[in-house]
Amino acid sequence: MNQPETLTMAQALTRALRDAMAEDESVVMFGEDVGPLGGVFRITDGLTAEFGDARCFDTPLAEAGIVGVAVGMAMNGMRPVVEMQFDAFAYPAFEQVVSHVAKMRNRTRGQVALPIVIRIPYAGGIGGVEHHSDSSEAYFAHTPGLHVVTPSTVADAYGLLRQAITSADPVIFFEPKKLYWSKEQAALGAGVPPIGTAAIRRDGTDATLIAYGPTVPLALEAADVAAQEGRSLQVVDLRSLVPFDDQTVCDAVRSTGRAVVVAEASGFASVSSEIVARVTDRCFHYLAAPIRRVTGFDIPYPPPKLERFHLPDVDRVLDAVDDLQWEDS
Amino acid sequence: MDHLVMTSDPRRLLPSDAPVRLISPEGEPVPHETYRLPSGEALLAAYAAMTTARRVNDQASALVRQGRLAVYPSSHGQEACQVAAAQVLTDDDWLFPTYRDVAAMVARGLDPVEALVLLQGDWHCGHNPYERKVAPQTTPLATQLPHAVGVAHAARLKGEPTVVMALCGDGATSEGDFHEALNFAAVFQTPVVFFVQNNRYAISVPLARQTAAPSLAHKGVGYGIPGEQVDGNDLAALLAVLGTAVERARGGAGPQLVEAHTYRVQAHTNADDPTRYRDEAEVGAWVARDPLRRLGTFLENRALLTAEQAAALDKDADDVAAAMRAGLSKDAEPDPARLFAHVYQTPTPQLAEQAALVADEISRMVDG
Repeated sequence: MNQPETLTMAQALTRALRDAMAEDESVVMFGEDVGPLGGVFRITDGLTAEFGDARCFDTPLAEAGIVGVAVGMAMNGMRPVVEMQFDAFAYPAFEQVVSHVAKMRNRTRGQVALPIVIRIPYAGGIGGVEHHSDSSEAYFAHTPGLHVVTPSTVADAYGLLRQAITSADPVIFFEPKKLYWSKEQAALGAGVPPIGTAAIRRDGTDATLIAYGPTVPLALEAADVAAQEGRSLQVVDLRSLVPFDDQTVCDAVRSTGRAVVVAEASGFASVSSEIVARVTDRCFHYLAAPIRRVTGFDIPYPPPKLERFHLPDVDRVLDAVDDLQWEDS
Repeated sequence: MDHLVMTSDPRRLLPSDAPVRLISPEGEPVPHETYRLPSGEALLAAYAAMTTARRVNDQASALVRQGRLAVYPSSHGQEACQVAAAQVLTDDDWLFPTYRDVAAMVARGLDPVEALVLLQGDWHCGHNPYERKVAPQTTPLATQLPHAVGVAHAARLKGEPTVVMALCGDGATSEGDFHEALNFAAVFQTPVVFFVQNNRYAISVPLARQTAAPSLAHKGVGYGIPGEQVDGNDLAALLAVLGTAVERARGGAGPQLVEAHTYRVQAHTNADDPTRYRDEAEVGAWVARDPLRRLGTFLENRALLTAEQAAALDKDADDVAAAMRAGLSKDAEPDPARLFAHVYQTPTPQLAEQAALVADEISRMVDG
């Protein structure tokens, strides 16, 4: 096992790609600007130099083509990892993802598996101009046949990406852009829980905050503030949207009896609404109050000067917690 | 001005001015300066496969009328293209068919019953794609073309001599994936032959609404891919042109684009009504260019096909059709429980719950 070291999430992702490529020569990385430049976020930094242009390569600027070619390469024995440069730039590939990546295993009765990882830098908080800050996870989580994961910690960035690359099923790997430069001490390669399991990031007894990706640090911050006010908040990090860990989430909510879901994406018809529905179904008699949500508004992602009004923040999370009918208990 | 000079001469990429033809519609040989007639043996084998292909098409259409198949997009009249696409490949090459290419899959060696399982109403493609290196038929237009490029690119990285034959129709050339696949293949010089069967119609919409290009084969120029156009009802010309394209791709010359001029003699599917958008005279003119009769006449005139041989081939085709009728005579009875089995390698807990729900419903139906 590796020694603990301090590094950023971006560096952990790079290390995961590097280690996976060194371990298995069928792993190939391609996309736009991922070669000598190392990707616009430098996640593929140094891979072309180390493994050559056949293993990490720039492609024409064509996202449907990138994903479609990945399908064929996976059919022929490779494990492609592709980068969509930004969340909204993955949309041209949507048909390939939905009609082929997600369905090939089923269409062929399991005879053709597609071990593909589609990396998508997503969500806001970095002052991006339009089309650079979308939280598009619901489109993919809605599609049977895909695994959808998103790390919130440096250790998970490494561990989940390594797991995604060895997965026999296609994985949509959402990388929270604003956490790329967050530093943490982590022992990369130390066992992280498998895809499909959520993690309790903070114990608490009064209410449960359910978060994923970029809202996990926010939930932890809100829990810190709440603690100063005498309220004990538990924080669940989903890690994996599909498969969804009903067990961990429901056990957590049953233990506190109150819950708030925190997500950047617009709330309507979203992953957050799915979480409320399924947790309510399973935990109704344990709930002291309806589950609340703090999400982005149902608007196109706003410009940099206004995004702080759109994104969930500590005050909104604590307001939602305050709304959980404490006076009735 | 030097920086404005073309870096690559586009003329090497241009198709012939007229579609390559080696046998006339009347069954007479046509000399060609580049392409040679295939051997009599090769033509006889192709004729045999085309006889079967015609029977497969017409038997499948009959099975639709009898309610045994949900739908069948027939390639009746395009059988020369179907057979040539399969016969120019080695066992290690790949074929990427569309929904109108069942006859090509059969020519590649697939059991027609397997190839028709999906159209019978089942949920899967029917065959193991790795067995004969035939991809599942693709319904969304042109989306299989980038897959073909990926298979070829992976083969090249692994040092394997695979060539991929990627089929599509004229309508599909308007799709973005056609463009992205050809561009990708050209940039990486992947060994793919893009074979467009231009049958003049995308359901009801004629070629003039798909493109203003001089021909679909000319589109190759924009990508740096050599294009060629061929008479799509002349099996000899198709074998020569596609065979050359495959060997060029295998030899490292990169992707090739071939357009076959042919015609969808029948409706798009049984749900279509072609009398609303084309007249009988047009159809009749193409029926007169029938690929089966053309090659048959050529072979008979040269004593390469005797009446006895022709009768034996018809008998073989009858046997294939009989096996189709037998294999497809029962209604497909897809197992509902299987709908959950292959969504993921291991069903998610949620899918396991849903599968149990359906299993429970079924057990009640049996009990009740």
